[in-house]
Amino acid sequence: MQHTKMVHLWVGLFVAIGIASLFMLAMRVSNITAFAETEGYQLTLNFDNIGGLKVRSPVTMAGVVIGRVSEISFDKEIYEAEVKVTIENQYDNIPEDTSASIFTSGLLGEQYIGLEAGGSDTFLKQGDRFKLTQSAVVLEQLIGQFLVSKASE
Amino acid sequence: MIAFIENLGESALNIFEKLGRGVVFFINALAGFPALILRFTLVIQQLYAVGVLSLIIIGVAGFFVGMVLGLQGYNTLIDFGAEESLGVVVALTLVRELGPVVSALLYAGRAGSALTAEIGLMKATEQLSAMEMMAVDPMHRVIAPRLLAGIIAVPLLAALFSAVGVMGGYFVGVGLVGVDEGTFWSQMQDSVDIYDDVLNGVIKSIVFGIVVTWIAVFEGYDTVPTSEGVSRATTRTVVHGSLAVLGLDFVLTALMFGD
Repeated sequence: MQHTKMVHLWVGLFVAIGIASLFMLAMRVSNITAFAETEGYQLTLNFDNIGGLKVRSPVTMAGVVIGRVSEISFDKEIYEAEVKVTIENQYDNIPEDTSASIFTSGLLGEQYIGLEAGGSDTFLKQGDRFKLTQSAVVLEQLIGQFLVSKASE
Repeated sequence: MIAFIENLGESALNIFEKLGRGVVFFINALAGFPALILRFTLVIQQLYAVGVLSLIIIGVAGFFVGMVLGLQGYNTLIDFGAEESLGVVVALTLVRELGPVVSALLYAGRAGSALTAEIGLMKATEQLSAMEMMAVDPMHRVIAPRLLAGIIAVPLLAALFSAVGVMGGYFVGVGLVGVDEGTFWSQMQDSVDIYDDVLNGVIKSIVFGIVVTWIAVFEGYDTVPTSEGVSRATTRTVVHGSLAVLGLDFVLTALMFGD
């Protein structure tokens, strides 16, 4: 009987170690908090070009992540991209004349939406739309402009 | 000429016959799973044999693989000035590929061969027939617990392999060659996705666990009951098990990361 007890103990230890490893992979190696459904309110932005923006890309203000992109679609009426973002509820005082731009982190990094606060006293609410947006910088366009300006010199 | 075609036909028929026997065998073993809930001790004993006893080889191998990844990754990345991505390289390689695959290969060699030899000897010494005489179904008493234990053990071993490997990469990357600790972890957490990477790795290792254990117990059960037959069956387990893991890995990778 003593032998079975030892076997049970070891198997218990084995299962515990295995689950602990899985837990470590989930918590320490990948970032589980980033994908938890954040409570928040939705805002809408229109862009001429979203570049490489993806669903779940971060939305930042002063460099701090305050929300994430929740939906990207194409508005066929005005031929623009429509991006829905979810902003965490604690950040409920975004002025309505806030401007939004799509930036790239680093030279080749992923793209994110950066918000720059305006000066208005009225704040954006659930379902509101940003008025000032600036599209992503597409590298090919930049090179094209550079070549054109060089040629005209 | 006719003899050649006859041979070809015979060996093709043999292969299909064996595949068919294997599938019927697997379904019979699955039918034994519900009864195991009442006698879970059987599964625990097998978990000890295939899981606990494989812990050391998995842990040591994982640590060394992680260390090698750390060193090789660093030497390659430093050329591009991107050594802070070392954590990403180590973690993604381990979680997506090396963790499930290498631990399944080690499992096939360490535990699969033992399963085949054990069941093959049971058959050769007519213990299985003796069980049938006593109206004990060897499928339920011998095969099902081993199969279930394998399916539980392999994902846990793979997770342990990846976790220890990341530790090995951390040890070399941060400890020896001096990558910044903060960027090592934060870049890793930024790029590793819980669903796309970790969960897919776990799904892979579950599939490998099913396939390798299935091959091992089937080869044992299907062995020619002589000493030579058992030795051949054991070899086949390791060879076929490893090949099945590598082949399936490609198929699963194409399905999961192909899009």
